[in-house]
Amino acid sequence: MGSTNSTLLKIPNVEVLMQETGFSPAHIIRLHDRFKALDKEGRGHLCPHDFGAIKELAMNPIGDRIIGAFFSPGKETVDFHTFVKILAHFRPVDKDRPKEPNSPEPINSRSNKLKFAFQLYDQDKDGKISRDELLQVLRAMLGMQVTDEQLESIADRTIQEADLDRDDAISFEEFRKSLEKINIDHKMSIRFLR
Amino acid sequence: MVLNFNERSPFTYLMCVICIASLGYGANVMAFEPTSTSPSKLPPWSQVEDTDPDPDPGETTQAVFTLNYPRIQIPFEITLWVLLASFAKIGFHVYHKITVWVPESCLLISIGLIVGGIMHSLHEKPPAVLTSNAFFLYMLPPIVLDSGYFMPTRPFFENFGTVLWFAVVGTLWNSIGIGISLFAICQIEVFGVQDITLQENFLFASIISAVEPVAVLTVFEDISVHEQLYIVVFGECLFNDAVTVVLYNLFNHVAALEVVEAGDVFLDIGHFFVVGLGGTIFGALFGFVTAFTTRFTGKVREIEPLIIFLYSYLAYLIAELLAISSIMAIVICALTMKYYVEENVSQRSCTTIRHVIKMVGSVSETLIFFFLGVVTITTEHEWNWGYILFALLFALLWRGLGILVLTQIINPFRTIPFNFKDQFGLAYGGLRGAVSFALAFTLPDSIGRKDLFITGTIVVIIFTVFIQGITIRPLLKLMNVRKTNRNQETINDEIHKRLMEHTVAGIEDLCGQWSHYYWKDKFMKFNNRILRKILIRDNHPESSIVALYKKLELQNAMEVLDQMSGDISAAPSLISLQYVSSISRPVLLFSEVFETTVSYTNKHTLPDDITAREILMRRHTSLRRSLRAGSFHGTVCNTIYMRALIYTGYRKTKKNAKSYIIIYIIYTLLNMEMRVFDPFLALFLPECCKNVAEVFLSAHGPKFEL
Repeated sequence: MGSTNSTLLKIPNVEVLMQETGFSPAHIIRLHDRFKALDKEGRGHLCPHDFGAIKELAMNPIGDRIIGAFFSPGKETVDFHTFVKILAHFRPVDKDRPKEPNSPEPINSRSNKLKFAFQLYDQDKDGKISRDELLQVLRAMLGMQVTDEQLESIADRTIQEADLDRDDAISFEEFRKSLEKINIDHKMSIRFLR
Repeated sequence: MVLNFNERSPFTYLMCVICIASLGYGANVMAFEPTSTSPSKLPPWSQVEDTDPDPDPGETTQAVFTLNYPRIQIPFEITLWVLLASFAKIGFHVYHKITVWVPESCLLISIGLIVGGIMHSLHEKPPAVLTSNAFFLYMLPPIVLDSGYFMPTRPFFENFGTVLWFAVVGTLWNSIGIGISLFAICQIEVFGVQDITLQENFLFASIISAVEPVAVLTVFEDISVHEQLYIVVFGECLFNDAVTVVLYNLFNHVAALEVVEAGDVFLDIGHFFVVGLGGTIFGALFGFVTAFTTRFTGKVREIEPLIIFLYSYLAYLIAELLAISSIMAIVICALTMKYYVEENVSQRSCTTIRHVIKMVGSVSETLIFFFLGVVTITTEHEWNWGYILFALLFALLWRGLGILVLTQIINPFRTIPFNFKDQFGLAYGGLRGAVSFALAFTLPDSIGRKDLFITGTIVVIIFTVFIQGITIRPLLKLMNVRKTNRNQETINDEIHKRLMEHTVAGIEDLCGQWSHYYWKDKFMKFNNRILRKILIRDNHPESSIVALYKKLELQNAMEVLDQMSGDISAAPSLISLQYVSSISRPVLLFSEVFETTVSYTNKHTLPDDITAREILMRRHTSLRRSLRAGSFHGTVCNTIYMRALIYTGYRKTKKNAKSYIIIYIIYTLLNMEMRVFDPFLALFLPECCKNVAEVFLSAHGPKFEL
């Protein structure tokens, strides 16, 4: 137990981090170990190149978008805090949390999970998923199995199903509405190991 | 019924005619006279030939009209019984309301009771159908194949752990719990059942722990209960059949032994695992062999369904031969082969396979419940108030306790834990049925109290089926169990779900963790790279997104046709759709063929009519836009379009509408692989447009079957 405490002490502002993200100390320690493992050159922060070294992530169709989600616009590195905060999106939702009216929404709320997913589509960050962005994602996910024309038809249909204000793009509200029947908590959560 | 047949009176022959003509209940009863009587007493009318070999030369009518009953006796009786059970089933559905409130199994048992009553009053014995062989070799495989084939694979694999947990551990818990409690009851002198040994108690307990899903699943579907609950009940019932049969054989074997040693018990436990795993591996093997065989049946479509059935049955029989779990074998075989087979066989074969499996499975099930009713009245019962009532009590109690305890243990491992309502649904939905009954009936005669056990089993079954079966529906509705949200499928859902799965898989890789997404991913890759290449004939790997897209497009096109007055768009060549009614019949035929008979229903309609229309309008305009473009599809379509216009120009009759709509459908289909839709073309295209179709086909290319 002594070693875990000392590891915790080494991380700056760990209390604040645990408060904001809701991770337990055991989780934080494990994530810290993972961070250190990824950070091969021991610089204390990660750059896109480090993420790219993860083999399976490189093979993931939207791997590059996921990596991109970690880096806020303009920044080229990810420190441990940002790393943990982004991962906190995927914590399972706490059912028994008391609803305090003044506290900010937890990072792993349904709405924030949806925002994360939306971000993966909306690369130019204009708040809308345009037809082209949708096409890119579809192409990445469906790969070589479909012809371009089929892809375009599918993209058309997708937009037509969700688009309520006829602007030929999906805004965040329309996105949220089209997914109201799906159990986002289940789909966008992972059980973090200790 | 002894008639004096030595007189050749017209009355005799009139009686014969009347006998044959009355094919209702009466005929059944009379038909059974021969079975119960000793061989020396042949039915009166067949004695005509035997006792009078030299007819009077004056009588020539005898040669024209003879009856040879013994020859057709067995198939005839089987057919009559099956027909009777089917009439009963048809009869129930005349009043739709009845089946809503009372599950079919109840009704069948009731009819069985009535028939049993009739037979008993005429001092008949029921046919010896429920022998061990007849049940295990002929009646059980169809039921199990039916369940295995229609199990929704994806939710099943997602909940695999839970299903196995409840099936295996749950059944063990129930059997052992009930067995021990009943043994304790036996020790009490008052009930007078002290002669039942512990092993026999365990045997009885294992028989009454087998749960039966049919009634419960129908209720679950009707009230659209959420998927997790549905699949756990389904899976549990399926696998606990396997576990029960293994336990039954185990305890049977143990009950026969005079002294049970600890070593024997451990051997038996090891045997249990060998049996289970062996069955699984065997089934998977057969599944792959079947899939591989269907790869080559492209030219002999007629025997495709036969291959499926033969291989499944073979898996079952060989597993029986090797004394490994035959139920597991056939279920796993059905599960593994379904995916590959449905890509290899033609649409017609696919429908045939599904319908036949469903048909034979439900016939089997019907017959068993029916016989339950009959046998209840006609057997000698041994009634023992204490033992039987306590058996019932313990059955219910241990199931409830079992579900509670097991759920507490497994909930932490589930992403969607079961709440109390779910647990209630699980526990209350534990109806006993066909398998319990058959197992009880096939108990060896060496068990002293066999009749008591049979009576006990029948009581438990009847209680659960009637009381629980009838009340479960209102109770679940009252408790407002979580409903499913699978009722609408849209492309959006599918795409976003896929994205989220990829995201989560990526994040897990990032964190260096594994989960079942990892295994699923690995399996899909293995599947795409190796398995599909070997087992599937034309390997066009198709994403579920694309499949769903095609399905929805076709659905929408159908909806256009179904609407009496459509106002699709202001296109100049708009034909009024009033003529649609003349072609709606083949459209309906098509949609029946097209509908998947998956037991878990999916309704594919869009949120509401207006939205559907709007989407259709927009699709129409975008399609027309691309028609004018110089794309390949545009060129082909233009050709067809122009030809169609020529045709419509020629016949300014009802066929106008038909042609235009057909063109529309064809164009929609142009965007998809036609391979899947051959029966559609065959059913749908009327003669006048065959030429158009030929043009299109020759332009578009490859092989389609018309």
